[in-house]
Amino acid sequence: MAFIPHTEADVAAMLAAIGADSIEQLFEEIPRELRIRSLDGIPEALNEMQVGRLMSARAQRDGLRLNFIGAGAYEHHIPSAVWAITTRGEFYSAYTPYQAEASQGTLQLIYEFQTMIAGLTGMQVANASMYDGASACAEAALMAVRANRKSHAARILVPGTLHPHYRRVMQATAANQGLKFEELPVAEGLTPLSALQSFEGQDVTALLIPQPNFFGQLEAVDALTDWAHAHNALAIAVVNPTALAILKPPGEWGADGADIAVGEGQPLGVPLSSGGPYFGFMTTRLDFVRQMPGRIVGRTLDAAGRAGFTLTLQAREQHIRRAKATSNICTNQGLLMTAATIYLSLLGPQGLARTAASAHARTRELVATLTRLPGVRAAFPGPYFHEAVLQFDRPVAPLLRALAARGIAGGLDLSPYYPQLGHALLVCATETKTAEDIAQYGAALAEAMAAARAA
Amino acid sequence: MSNVPADLKYTRSHEWIRTLADGTLEIGVTDHAQDALGDLVFVEVPEAGRTVKAGEACAVVESVKAASDVYAPVAGEVLAGNAQLAAQPDLVNSQPYGAGWLWRLKPAAGALAGVELLGAADYQKVLEAEAH
Amino acid sequence: MPQQEKVIFEYSTPGRGAEDQWPQDPGEAALADLPAQLRRAHPPQLPEVGELEAVRHFTRLSQLNFSIDTHFYPLGSCTMKYNPKACNQYAMLPQFLARHPLAPESSGQGFLECMHELQEMLKEVTGMRGVALSPMAGAHGEFAGVAMIRAYHRSRGDAARNEIIVPEAAHGTNPATATMCGCLVREIPVDAQGDVDLAALKAAVGPKTAGIMLTNPSTLGVFERHIAEVARIVHEAGGLLYYDGANLNAILGKVRPGDMGFDVIHMNLHKTFSTPHGGGGPGAGAVGVGERLLPFLPVPVVGRDGGGYRWLDESDLPQTIGRLSCFMGNAGVLLRAYIYMRLLGREGMRRVGEFATLNANYLLRRLTEAGFDAAYPQRRASHEFILTLKRQARDLNVTAMDFAKRLLDYGFHAPTTYFPLLVPECLLIEPTETESRETLDAFVTAMSQILKEASEEPGRVTSAPHTMPVRRLDDVRAARQLDLTWKPTAPS
Repeated sequence: MAFIPHTEADVAAMLAAIGADSIEQLFEEIPRELRIRSLDGIPEALNEMQVGRLMSARAQRDGLRLNFIGAGAYEHHIPSAVWAITTRGEFYSAYTPYQAEASQGTLQLIYEFQTMIAGLTGMQVANASMYDGASACAEAALMAVRANRKSHAARILVPGTLHPHYRRVMQATAANQGLKFEELPVAEGLTPLSALQSFEGQDVTALLIPQPNFFGQLEAVDALTDWAHAHNALAIAVVNPTALAILKPPGEWGADGADIAVGEGQPLGVPLSSGGPYFGFMTTRLDFVRQMPGRIVGRTLDAAGRAGFTLTLQAREQHIRRAKATSNICTNQGLLMTAATIYLSLLGPQGLARTAASAHARTRELVATLTRLPGVRAAFPGPYFHEAVLQFDRPVAPLLRALAARGIAGGLDLSPYYPQLGHALLVCATETKTAEDIAQYGAALAEAMAAARAA
Repeated sequence: MSNVPADLKYTRSHEWIRTLADGTLEIGVTDHAQDALGDLVFVEVPEAGRTVKAGEACAVVESVKAASDVYAPVAGEVLAGNAQLAAQPDLVNSQPYGAGWLWRLKPAAGALAGVELLGAADYQKVLEAEAH
Repeated sequence: MPQQEKVIFEYSTPGRGAEDQWPQDPGEAALADLPAQLRRAHPPQLPEVGELEAVRHFTRLSQLNFSIDTHFYPLGSCTMKYNPKACNQYAMLPQFLARHPLAPESSGQGFLECMHELQEMLKEVTGMRGVALSPMAGAHGEFAGVAMIRAYHRSRGDAARNEIIVPEAAHGTNPATATMCGCLVREIPVDAQGDVDLAALKAAVGPKTAGIMLTNPSTLGVFERHIAEVARIVHEAGGLLYYDGANLNAILGKVRPGDMGFDVIHMNLHKTFSTPHGGGGPGAGAVGVGERLLPFLPVPVVGRDGGGYRWLDESDLPQTIGRLSCFMGNAGVLLRAYIYMRLLGREGMRRVGEFATLNANYLLRRLTEAGFDAAYPQRRASHEFILTLKRQARDLNVTAMDFAKRLLDYGFHAPTTYFPLLVPECLLIEPTETESRETLDAFVTAMSQILKEASEEPGRVTSAPHTMPVRRLDDVRAARQLDLTWKPTAPS
């Protein structure tokens, strides 16, 4: 029990060596009145066979047959090799690679990951991951305040088209350090340049630019980036890594490129898993590397002159800089970064571009199928990528319940987040969906709408 | 024993101060400080034109095992940061009192009167006290 | 161990790829609606390799690592215990993996039931009143904890309380977290026996005190004996007590932070509850709170409504410090911790603290008999202990780091070196309960052998390791000549 290998003879011999009568005696420095005798609220132990049955029974109660929700987490095909290798004990059960000589595998893999993410985003340097896309976004805002020496206002402009949960995470993470977040209005699912007019001549630290945005809409990233730079503000890109196989990378936005790019890494080989573990990625210009939080790996030489890998720029981090560190982050999402590196190696530039194109094609099919139904129309006229908002002539929640009863997760009801959009639904299809899946959704929705009209 | 030139002034936080002919000040970290930090890999110096208060963190010196702030010993206006250190942070290790200077400062009027700077002998005593 | 492995980009051949993994090409027409000025002009730099090439490359990389599955890994303060395979297998059942975080709660009742029971079990083992699971690592949990302390004081109109007291031996995350929460840090010393200096604590508390952050057993590997007195002093001054759960393994089933007087705690589920470290995460930093901080828990939290489970959010907890992750935190890690706790049960959890302590005290005794010095020889070890190699460094000119590197040649991962900073030339050693007596004995033999080498053949130790894929690396070069991404022209 408890994976403890000791025999009674071991315990006796070890206590004798220590010179103690009992294990209890080893706790003699803990005041007696604080000690507890038992944990009555914890159930009795199960063996592995029993746990297996319990978990299988729980799992079988869960899940829907077909998923059409995106909204920050995307269902993509994951090659079998990704998790077969990621869960090898040598990756799975290793610690953060502090002893470089005994951790070259993890360190080299991080270096390869940094190269791939920098390549995808068109930026110069990347770190070894953040907790998730939302927390990476919050850390990017804090980093911008350190990096933008021309600004003293700690004021971040946040489009209303950024994922609503990201906005909440930023508020919860950074408000205690005095950052001020100002929300930009939304027009036709986009951030209009006119929304920025009221900030002319003011001290702005950074502008966040989501691409695609929460609605799947494509923002005018070049103009927004140039506006930021013309006003001494940094441009922080918030991007979907799959989309970057075909969309312009942040490093090429506007005349000078974005200054920091972050995003949710989950689409790169990480299962949906009810929300985690995922990983955030963060890239920036070389000039700002010392303002970046998180672990960074560099290539160097060993005592024999051979190339090797090590954690570098550690003086930014909490274990050295303590109260003056760039962040308190230490443990990050290393194993998910491992999965993503293997995923990107198997997909390569062609495979990732095909995945992006296929996901986009499926979403267009889905939008075409659903908007053929009376009472359903596309909410916005502009171009979108692999996710779109539909508007309905009646409340969405009952329709989603009817779809769920048929095994379909039909999308995300936007009314709690954007009441001004009326009866709006955010839908997404990826390369995992077939023409039949989309037809099934269309038929089920037609039935649900007919039933709702009749009621 | 670390090198403590007799013609400079010092602080307890291991900065040295040289008074130049025109009355402006040159500031750096002492031989003892660079030795304690080890090989420097990065130095951040203040920009010209910045106004600093006495005791304000002005520069950062970073080795692989530590990063330390360097404080302004007196109030004033930064005239120049040592631009050479961006490419050659090791100058602070090799020539802490020469090419490894960090920034030059024009002291604010009366600023020098209010601060207590140490002479070489007194700074030497500070080092001896720290060694015990 | 294998020696070196090329960077994956060096295997790349234009036009090659693992095509079985790619979807059908929908053709350029599929992208016709995307404006040209928003499209990418050149493909990203990603490797072009076949599936077998990739599998071999990453498998070989894995073989360059030490890990718990392959080596004894006595890294102090990290609790590198066996990660049961069952926890991984049953957390990765396909229904759990496939579920979208925003899918209806009705389609996740099995999962939510596990999460609710996990919250209840964590309350029981820590003696707290409420638990939130969403923080994604220990430092993230620390952030949540200190943010709750601030929110509590603000809610009472006591906003001036912005000082966090931290013992000087604390983990670096403690002061870094205080700063992230907009607080000032006041460090206080510990006494010669490793306990908090009570006189210094009394002098430090006052109307600005927001709280104190403590690890108990402390980072010095000993139990803070005056904890009741510390709690009284801080509470009387109007502050709250934060428990850093990094060392919870030591006391699991023996004493609970809630009973010691702590108001808030984070738990490193990737330490005490044996979820994998993954080469640097993911972790999970669940937080527990006492009565006073219940309204401020981060959202979402699992609640029970009649027969079903649902997420409680901002509308249920209007005073919450807010949302710390896009969805609900590291769900898959939490499932692994849940499975581990069910495997252990009530009795197993008590045995964890007991055998972790037995192994540490045994190893300490054997090592001191072999000629090493304990940093706190008068004290019992908790689940870990500190050796100081000050004497060896002075007499033999061989440092703690040299011992650490030489241990790698003997097939043992090094203990934590040079932490806590307070103890010169230190090794912080945590064997954990899952190691056998034979393994501990073998470690002692290796340490004795290295000690012998240090006096007879010191160069062998100071130039170690000799059998790893690389020798000691030039950290100064790494930081001065930054090489952070592979480039086609870079020297190999």
